[in-house]
Amino acid sequence: MSYTIIVFVKQVPDTKNVTGQAMKPDGTVNRAALPAIFNPEDLNALELALQLKDRYGARVIVGTMGPPPATAILRDALYRGADEAILLTDRAFAGADTLATSYALSCCVKKLGHFDLILCGRQAIDGDTAQVGPQLAEKCHLPQVSYVEEVVSLDSKKIVAKRAIEGGYEVLECPLPALLTVVDANEPRPPAARRIMKCKKAKTRSELAKAHGYANYTDAEVLVTEEEALKAKGLWIHEWTAADVGADPNRIGLAGSPTKVKMIESVVLAGADFKKVEPSEEGIHKLIHELIEDHTLG
Amino acid sequence: MSKIGNVWIFIEQEGGNIADVSLELVSKGRELAERLGVKTEAVLLGDKIEKCAETLYEYGCDTVYLVEDKRLEPFTVLPYAKVIIDMVREHKPNILLFGATPKGRELGPRIASTKLAGLTADCTDLKIDDFDDKVNKKSYKDKLMQIRPAFGGNIIATIVNTWDDPQIVTVREGVMKMNEPVKGRKGKLVKVKAELSAEDTIIKVIERVRKEKSVNLKGAQIIVAGGYGVGSKANFKLIYQLAEALGGTVGASRAAVDAGWINHDHQVGQTGVTVRPKLYIACGISGSIQHRAGMTESKKIIAINNDPDAPILSVAHYGIVGDLNEIIPKMIKAYKAKV
Repeated sequence: MSYTIIVFVKQVPDTKNVTGQAMKPDGTVNRAALPAIFNPEDLNALELALQLKDRYGARVIVGTMGPPPATAILRDALYRGADEAILLTDRAFAGADTLATSYALSCCVKKLGHFDLILCGRQAIDGDTAQVGPQLAEKCHLPQVSYVEEVVSLDSKKIVAKRAIEGGYEVLECPLPALLTVVDANEPRPPAARRIMKCKKAKTRSELAKAHGYANYTDAEVLVTEEEALKAKGLWIHEWTAADVGADPNRIGLAGSPTKVKMIESVVLAGADFKKVEPSEEGIHKLIHELIEDHTLG
Repeated sequence: MSKIGNVWIFIEQEGGNIADVSLELVSKGRELAERLGVKTEAVLLGDKIEKCAETLYEYGCDTVYLVEDKRLEPFTVLPYAKVIIDMVREHKPNILLFGATPKGRELGPRIASTKLAGLTADCTDLKIDDFDDKVNKKSYKDKLMQIRPAFGGNIIATIVNTWDDPQIVTVREGVMKMNEPVKGRKGKLVKVKAELSAEDTIIKVIERVRKEKSVNLKGAQIIVAGGYGVGSKANFKLIYQLAEALGGTVGASRAAVDAGWINHDHQVGQTGVTVRPKLYIACGISGSIQHRAGMTESKKIIAINNDPDAPILSVAHYGIVGDLNEIIPKMIKAYKAKV
């Protein structure tokens, strides 16, 4: 049999390489100054899905919620081996916290219908919350296995997975369908040259409209014809709005987010009373003496 | 009787040993509860763990809700979530605190999602304050200010949960101060029966391998930590020698752990342990924001680095710019000469 695996991914600012220029004078982050990347652990989730596809046969659907530029990571996922891609995009999704995000994704899951597994990266590097996976599992009434390192076995009824726990590991058996969050425990495969050649032509409906000089997607004949052609070649990136997935407007975006940001401050370095110590015998003797004097050293 | 609910702390235990982070949260929870004029209550799940209740009273709990059931040992997320949600619905706590541990971080979101409550991950501070939501023109009194780093530690955000109670957060380990226990302090034990169906126990634990951490960084008074600048696994012996001479414990940056020079138990920082020793000596650690997040609370920081512009120097009290291969032996010699 062939499995259906949904992988949810996120495009994130590369917070590990924040430079001084990325902070605005008011202490907020200038996202524009940060390169947008494929969230690292989401690549691990995609890799796990592709490994299952190699081992057992599967259709791998990759989905993301974000503004149109997030299509870049969907294309990247297609280059690496995903079969289908969905962009969930709508201004109404903006400002979502993890609860509103997981609700929106659960609507997407409902629209997709049948599936066996949902995979997510453990957490995204912009917020580091690790909440969307478990919350999505709850919204879809699925059992969840967090911090998965590898899949031991998969059959039509259940999955056996090894996962990290504090100070060790567990092997868990979980019936399907299920949601797994995946940690940085595999080596994501690079995009394949052959797939890049093919999938670089993949488009969303907005991209298609734009390519033909339309401001928005319409049912103009030229668009409809090319849409059919792209679909036939598997090069159609689904673009769904809140209405397309039947999301309740009160539960998405800012309106659907119980957590509000009261205040943002930039991190100010402690800047303690700094003493420069000369790396000479004398300088170090003085330092050690001072630390013994003030009882820091016994 | 107060109209608002109590402050609850989820107690994490392994084989009847309470996790440090839970006791840290009891201390913080009590401070919040006193400010609000409500009780501090523990939620304790597992099997044959009643003796933990005594400890929890001594650290400041007024009430311990004890749920003992074979199906709650070892920890699995679904039955724990079910039991806690049932209890939350019945008792309506105002605040629910979890440690930002692997368990807390998979359990918290499951519960928050069911309750449609907000959840803030990885808090480093908590306060009670009022909140004016200017966008929605609403005012809230005595809400929990949930303070956490975001964007890889580059900003600090204060977040407020404005929906359904409880206000749920996970709190980073090692950042809240643990109070001294008060010997003989008593509280009330409330036994709760776990109402679980087959659906709650569909995940089976086939194998479980766990060992205690090989090193106790959190309790260490002196930490000598090595980073990528140490250069090699063999050279890490310098770090061990300095730690041994000073009676300290060996720590490491993520770069040194990733390089395979030392195991993860020694890692200090955002993905490792948060420490606050009397003395922290950073050797060949450049001081990424993630590393600094785990050690800036140290009382005294010495940074040894050959790069005069290394960020670690900006949080250090003493900076020694030079080659650690020469400086460390000089420190050992100087210390031995003094004592």
